[in-house]
Order: sequence, then C-alpha cells, then structure tokens
Amino acid sequence: MSSDNLPEIFEYIRLDGRFPHILCPGCGIGTVMNAMVRAFTELKLNKNRLCVVSGIGCSSRVPGYLDCDTYHTLHGRALPSATGVKLARPELEVVVIGGDGDILAIGGNHFIHTARRNINLSLIIINNFNYGMTGGQFSPTTPVQAIATTAPYGNLERGFNISEIAKSAGAVLVTRSTTYHAVHLKNMIKKAIQKKGFTVVEAISQCPTLYGRMNRLGSAVKMLEWLRDNTVSVAAPETKENENKLKIGVLWETESEEYTEVYQNLIKKAKGEKV
Amino acid sequence: MELLSGNEACAIGAIRAGVRFFAGYPITPSTEIAEYMAHELPKIGGIFIQMEDEIASICAMNGATAAGIKAMTATSGPGFSLMQEGIGYSCMTEVPCIIVNVMRGGPATGLPTRPAQGDIMQARWGTHGDHPIVALVPWSVAECFHLTVQAINISERLRLPVIILLDEIVGHMREVVSFPEKVDIYQPPKPTQGPDEFLLYGDDTNYDGPVVGFGEGYRIHLSGLTHRKDGFPTNDPKTIAWKMERLKNKIEHNKDWLWNFFYTDLGAETIIVCYGSTARSAFDAKKIYEKKSGKSIGIVRLCMIWPFPYERLTTLLRGAKKIIVPEMNQGQLSNEIERTVSPDVPVITVNRVDGEMLTPEEILNVLG
Repeated sequence: MSSDNLPEIFEYIRLDGRFPHILCPGCGIGTVMNAMVRAFTELKLNKNRLCVVSGIGCSSRVPGYLDCDTYHTLHGRALPSATGVKLARPELEVVVIGGDGDILAIGGNHFIHTARRNINLSLIIINNFNYGMTGGQFSPTTPVQAIATTAPYGNLERGFNISEIAKSAGAVLVTRSTTYHAVHLKNMIKKAIQKKGFTVVEAISQCPTLYGRMNRLGSAVKMLEWLRDNTVSVAAPETKENENKLKIGVLWETESEEYTEVYQNLIKKAKGEKV
Repeated sequence: MELLSGNEACAIGAIRAGVRFFAGYPITPSTEIAEYMAHELPKIGGIFIQMEDEIASICAMNGATAAGIKAMTATSGPGFSLMQEGIGYSCMTEVPCIIVNVMRGGPATGLPTRPAQGDIMQARWGTHGDHPIVALVPWSVAECFHLTVQAINISERLRLPVIILLDEIVGHMREVVSFPEKVDIYQPPKPTQGPDEFLLYGDDTNYDGPVVGFGEGYRIHLSGLTHRKDGFPTNDPKTIAWKMERLKNKIEHNKDWLWNFFYTDLGAETIIVCYGSTARSAFDAKKIYEKKSGKSIGIVRLCMIWPFPYERLTTLLRGAKKIIVPEMNQGQLSNEIERTVSPDVPVITVNRVDGEMLTPEEILNVLG
C-alpha cells in the first residue's frame, strides 16, 4: 500500500493487513507504540537500518505492526537476542520493547547483565503491573496487596524498583513516563535512542481489562486520570503534596564506554594495531 | 601438522567455515572451544561474547545469525538443557544455529569431567514440539574439524539447528592432524525479488531458497509463533499444517544427501553399530577378534545420528545374524537400531554409564 497521502508516522507502520491489532480496548500499549513511532519519525530513523526486538507478551506484539526489521523472540529473551543483533551489526539502530513480566521476571537476569555491558540498546519497558497475555497474574511490579489471578488474596511480594536496578546495574540513562503523558513519553524514547549505551524507558501503562478490573480501578480513562494525579516531574518542587507521587522524567544519566565501541578497540588490540 | 584436541579442531573448523560470532558460557568439558574463540575471533574481526548463561548464549547466537553472520555456541549437558528453547526458536524461525555439545555424565550436574553419550535422545527431542534436527558425532580430532564444517554448511543450507555431539573423550583427546586452509563454504542465495514480493518462507521445494537477514532492506519479521510464508503469526489450521509439513520435509526431502556413515565388512555375521569414542573401541575389538578367531566382524560407524538412517540401515544390516551396539549410555540409539532390523536378529547392547570409557574388552566379551 502506498503511504503517500498518510502522515509521516505511517512510514514505520506495516499497512499490509496487520490490522486490526490484538490489543484490548483501552489498553495503553498502543499509546506507547504511537509514542515510539513518533520518536522514530522525529529522529528520521532509516527504517531499513532499524530493528525492533521483543520477547513474549502483550507489549511484545508491538514489533509485528512496525515496518522495519522486527524480531519477536522468546519469552524473556529479547535482550540477549538484541545483544546478538547489535554485536553482529553495530550500524543498526536496535530498540527493545517488552513488558514487566517479560523483561523483569523471566528476563530479569538478562536485564541486569545487558545493563552491566552497556551495549547500545534502547529498552522500553511497558509496566502495566501484571501479565496481560496469560490473563492477569501478578508480576515483579505488582504492588503489595494488589489482586491478581494468582494472588486472589492479595500479592505478598514487593515490587521491583526498575529504575534503581537499571541504574545500579550500569544503564547510562534511566527515564520514566506514562501513557497519560504521551508527548513526554515520546520525548523520553527519543532521548533514549539518541543516547549511546544501554538506556531504559519505563512506560507506566494501564491494563483496564485485567489489572484495572481486578483491583477496581475503573475504566481506562479513570486509570489514566490516576496516572495524571499520582505522578510528578522530577523537576517539580519537593512539596508535601508531591512526596508520595511517582517521579517522571530523567531519573538517572551518566556517561560510560559503550560495548560495541570497546569491542572494536579489542579487535584492534588482538590484531596488534594501535588502540 | 599440529597436535590438537577435538575441541580445538571444532573451533578451527568453525572459523574456516566462516563463523565470525561466538556466544557462550563456561562449562566443562567444552570450555576450550570458548577459550579458543575468545583468543582467535577478534584477530579476524570476529566477535566473542561470554553471556550470563546458556539461554542468553543461544539467544545471542540466534540474534547474530538473524543479522546475517555465521555464529556458533558450545556447551555440555546442563547448558544444553538450558539451550533447548533457543533450539526450538531456530527450528521455527528457520535461522541457522550451531551447537557443539561435549557430552559428560548426567543427569543434572552429573560427572563434569567424565565422558558419556547420554544426550543422544535429548539432541533429537530436547526442545518441545515436532521439529527437524541434524546431529553429527565425530570420533576423531580430524573428524571434529570436518564435521563442524559440514554442520555449518547444512545449517546454512537447510536453515535448521545442527548439533555437533562430542563425548568428553573426543573433545579432550589429542591427535596429530593437518587441516586444509580452504574448505567449501555454502552461501545461501539472495532474493531476486524486492521487499514487497519476497517471502521469507516461500521456497517449498528444497527449502534452500533465498534468505535475507536484518539490515538488508527487506524489513523481515521473525517470530517463534507458528507463521505464514511472510513470517506473520497465524491460527489458520491449513497454514499451520503447511508450516509443520515444511519443517518435517526439510529432513525428509534431503536425508539422502544428509546421511553420513562409514561401513566395512558387512558380509560378516556380526555387525557392530557405533559412533563417537566407542567406535574407536569397536575397531580395536574387531581387530583383536579377527586376529584371534579368523572370523570377520562388520562395522557401521555413524557420523550423523539425526536424521537416523533407518531405510539405509535396514538394507545394510540385512545379512547380519547379530548386531552389537556399544554406547556410553543405558541404551539410547540401540532402540532406533532395533527398529531397523528384523525382530529375529538380536540387538545386543553394551552399555557403560560409570564415567569410564567403554573398552574393547567389553565389546569382545559379547563377541564371544
């Protein structure tokens, strides 16, 4: 199909029969995909040099709708798979997308070690506090006492602090945004892609069908309003009102040598060339 | 001429066959392959990466091959167990995958430094679902080199996982060998169609049609979900059946040229069917027995166990009165051999699972 008369963002969407998508009405994943594609558009990424990698889960279905090289890997394995792609072809822009269960539970070890290597990948974690694809089980980010199908009496386990783990494991940029703050989210994704090294965007999202319904959080709109009312910019003053709100924006940024570049130096050294 | 171990010969064979990426995790008795790769690959601009575990290793290797470069990993039993999901992913996405599994005693941690041939059935059926697989079993240092080259070419051509099964004896033993500088390398063809017409799974005849990797402008979609010819997921029963037939036929349509075995003296009444290091004991036993008795012993030595050469073995073993199958397991491949011969022909197994090598004497005991 020709995309001549369509907005620029359609450049990155597969228009040949991939729609309608599989996501539930009111799901936040579409908003994240929208922000992603707008980030690609504004950065004018060459879609023939772009590879979007995912694991398994609702969030991991996003690459199937994108018109670039797309790599729908195994549950939890998006990051090691993307590591192979990036090392084999460092010239490609490699973006990884996954959910809280995929990236942090089954893929938790890969998450830590990919951050430690500081390889140039941009990771978008869509955090909707539960496993959506399998029907609403608790995940490593489900709040204590929240209800899930495998936590019918309330979740006992404390949630992971994604940004603190990413930071201490070695990510060079850690940001957070939400599906309510769609433009802000796009800017966070842009920043992550532009920054060299392992970068993490936590995109807090609503799952009205499962997590929202089980925890009586109301409709998708109500959940978005909750995200609006319970988050605050990192730049906002430290008032009593802001104390218990989730910070959004750039949570951590530093500079460190990137893995594929360091590897090129290793190759020179092995060849006996001057580094 | 060089004095080399089987593990080193595998690594050298892989590099000669064009492997430029290795992802692995340390595990006895395969680690020398990773160490060799870490030392040599950067010198030729290749990549070695030590991953956080074997799951990550096979995924990184799959990612590198999906991006169009030849890649390999090496492991042993416990790591091979962890790699099973990545093997299935290679089957489904039809992206090459090369695993050297240097077999040690199992189950679990088992006998890290001791030989075994216990992963014969795991190599065939370790990952879930019906799937194609090729497994090669070298018996010498020279064959480690040649079968690794062959493994890489088969994997590139048929787009499926190929497993090289060494046992610890073959992996660690040293022999004086010399290898050719140049070997035949299979390069898959590139499509003549543009990205809008090209179908990644479009070749339904020999399954060795054109392929592309990431970054080649074809904007491909690889998925472990059962998919259509264009790579996108499906629940349509007819399309699912097409995909499953396709995976099966990759072997069915190509087994005649795939099968790889060696045989001698098949006119004998007794034939030993063997592979890997136990084949060395079998040849010793044959020599000793023939000298002592004046009677000949036949041998079929399998260089490839999967696909298993059922039809060929039925023909080759037709005249045999007795078949002997020595294995360093409790009888894995012997069941397949029983399926190929008439029920009146006894298949006598000689098994050893105590971490020691299966000796010529043990085979001589059943030769009588």
